[in-house]
Amino acid sequence: MSEPDTEVVVRATGLVKKFKDFRAVDGLDLVIERGMIYGFLGPNGCGKTTAMRMLTGLLTPTEGSVEVLGLSVPKDAETLKYRIGYMTQTFSLYGDLTVQENLNFMATIYGLTGARRKARIGEVMERYDLTDLKGRFAGKMSGGQRQRLALATAVLHEPQLLFLDEPTSAVDPESRRHFWEQLFDLVDGGTSIVVTTHFMDEAERCHKIAILEAGQKRADGAPKELMAAMGANVVEIEGPNLRDIRRRLLGLDGIMAAAQLGARLRVLVKDDVPDPETFLKEKPETDGATLIERVRPNLEDVFVTATGEGRQ
Amino acid sequence: MRSLSRISAIFFKELAQLRRDRMTFGMVIMIPLIQLILFGYAINTNIRDIPVAVVDQSQTGLSRILIQMVEATRVVKVTERLTTPEEAEAAIKAARVRAAFILPEDLSQRIARSPAVGLGTPPSTDEETSRPVAQWIVDGSDTMIAGAIKALRSMPLSELNRQAPNRSTPTFEVALFFNPEQITAINIVPGLVGIILTMTMIMFTSAAIVRERERGNMEMLINTPVRPLELMIGKIIPYIFIGLLQTVIILGLGHVLFNVPFGDRTFDLFIGTLLFIGASLSLGLVLSTIAQSQLQATQMTVFVLLPSILLSGFMFPYEGMPVIAQYIAEAFPATHFMRMVRGFVLRDADLIDLHRDVIWMCGFFVLGMIVAALRFKKRLD
Repeated sequence: MSEPDTEVVVRATGLVKKFKDFRAVDGLDLVIERGMIYGFLGPNGCGKTTAMRMLTGLLTPTEGSVEVLGLSVPKDAETLKYRIGYMTQTFSLYGDLTVQENLNFMATIYGLTGARRKARIGEVMERYDLTDLKGRFAGKMSGGQRQRLALATAVLHEPQLLFLDEPTSAVDPESRRHFWEQLFDLVDGGTSIVVTTHFMDEAERCHKIAILEAGQKRADGAPKELMAAMGANVVEIEGPNLRDIRRRLLGLDGIMAAAQLGARLRVLVKDDVPDPETFLKEKPETDGATLIERVRPNLEDVFVTATGEGRQ
Repeated sequence: MRSLSRISAIFFKELAQLRRDRMTFGMVIMIPLIQLILFGYAINTNIRDIPVAVVDQSQTGLSRILIQMVEATRVVKVTERLTTPEEAEAAIKAARVRAAFILPEDLSQRIARSPAVGLGTPPSTDEETSRPVAQWIVDGSDTMIAGAIKALRSMPLSELNRQAPNRSTPTFEVALFFNPEQITAINIVPGLVGIILTMTMIMFTSAAIVRERERGNMEMLINTPVRPLELMIGKIIPYIFIGLLQTVIILGLGHVLFNVPFGDRTFDLFIGTLLFIGASLSLGLVLSTIAQSQLQATQMTVFVLLPSILLSGFMFPYEGMPVIAQYIAEAFPATHFMRMVRGFVLRDADLIDLHRDVIWMCGFFVLGMIVAALRFKKRLD
């Protein structure tokens, strides 16, 4: 491992993955630095999982090169496997084995033996609240419990880099919050984490994210930076007949997108419009609105501007 | 060292899963038990009591005695008495009987001239006087039934004359080694070891890799540093023990129920069985890397199982097959095992006598493991 690379854990250039004629990942460049949680945000089928699988060596890229922890992938994938952890999208431990047996199995596969194995398993069971569940069959546990077990097995061998593929899609919000706390603990301990998600609130917790669509990276950076550099201002409108207002607004120049959130209409106005609040108030299309006010952008707005119809 | 501990991790994992799968575990014991009892008693190539019809057109004391003599052979059993050959044909067609015994009106004259009666009449040379005593009409579609009745063709009839049977001197003397009483079970039971092992061993392992894939464990497994060969070896070890257990059940029970000898070649038998188990397991693993689902794996198992039963020499003599079929049969581990197990148990042969089968089985095992390990990709594409 060369010295300049120690701060970069993942470097991918011109990554392409073709399945027959379909380009699941299409020219992806990534630089992921040590000690952060890096999120792939995107809708289903955008190539998040495919990209992640190429980074771990599960899939061979059609084009492009990948370097993870200074190792060339997929060439050195087997060496890499001792140094990374991976949590699959669907629960993939053995449902007919107990928590203890699953942990024993995975620890031995990763080369932990004897007292060290015992100590390490005790440690992760303690940390992820599995001690009371150790005799339980993994197949008979709840979504949150399974997710804790999956994370515990993924970090058993103390990997430097952890890949999590939609880790929270099968758990309740409470467990999700708790899970993210645990991820931050891991980062504090020096682990770098790559995570895919389609939840905005999760993406917002990442140190950096890449927004993916149709196999391409639409934007990347820290969520705050992305919000600041969005190229649009956000105005919320309250009032009756919001659906009509929305329909009328979408035809206007300078309006990027509009979406209803409960009793409010969230409108993205291009940032070349100098005063978006007044701009909207003066338009006849907003007649009947009781309140028009500028609000802070969130990651969903970034996502909307970066992808789909909102993209320029 | 790491390799060994990983193999043992996979071994204990398989063992734990197998222990919890009560149904499979039960079948490991029940399949050999039931099949041994069923086939050991049921399969019999010494055919007895074939149902036949009698058409007695002569209706004499002589004809009745002749019928009794034929029945006394125990080969046939008279179940119907009919009056015309046409009725007899109809009975055969309707499968009520497998053959009909037709005694002509001039039975007494024919018997008087027959050399089988042993009256010292010189052998006839002309058509008129060299006619057989009576006729059999046989459903010849089943060659075994036909063969059994054909064996009655030259039955001696000297008893008809209240004479002691002739001390006839056969052209050849035939000494039957290894199974002088011609008990079918003695040949079937050791062969059954081969069939049951083929079935269970290939069935278990052909599902082994596919099951991990179907249950979603594969994606996690290929993300670990486990090597394909370690996975393969770890997965087959539990089944080696199961195979040996089944062999003990079959041969042990075969000894108790059917007096099948163990032979003195316990060590040779152990090594031979081990090799066969290894070859079958590695074949199963190869199938497992080809199959996409457990259903496909099962279908492939049946595809291997049928020729193993029919071509291996278990049911029909290997030598009776055309040369091409013999070559095909050689490809199946069961054919070699059939030769080995019967050799060790019945003929007191040893590994050296059967070294060609031993070498072939070793080669098959090693090749199978290599192919399976090479075919198993730690990739998803």
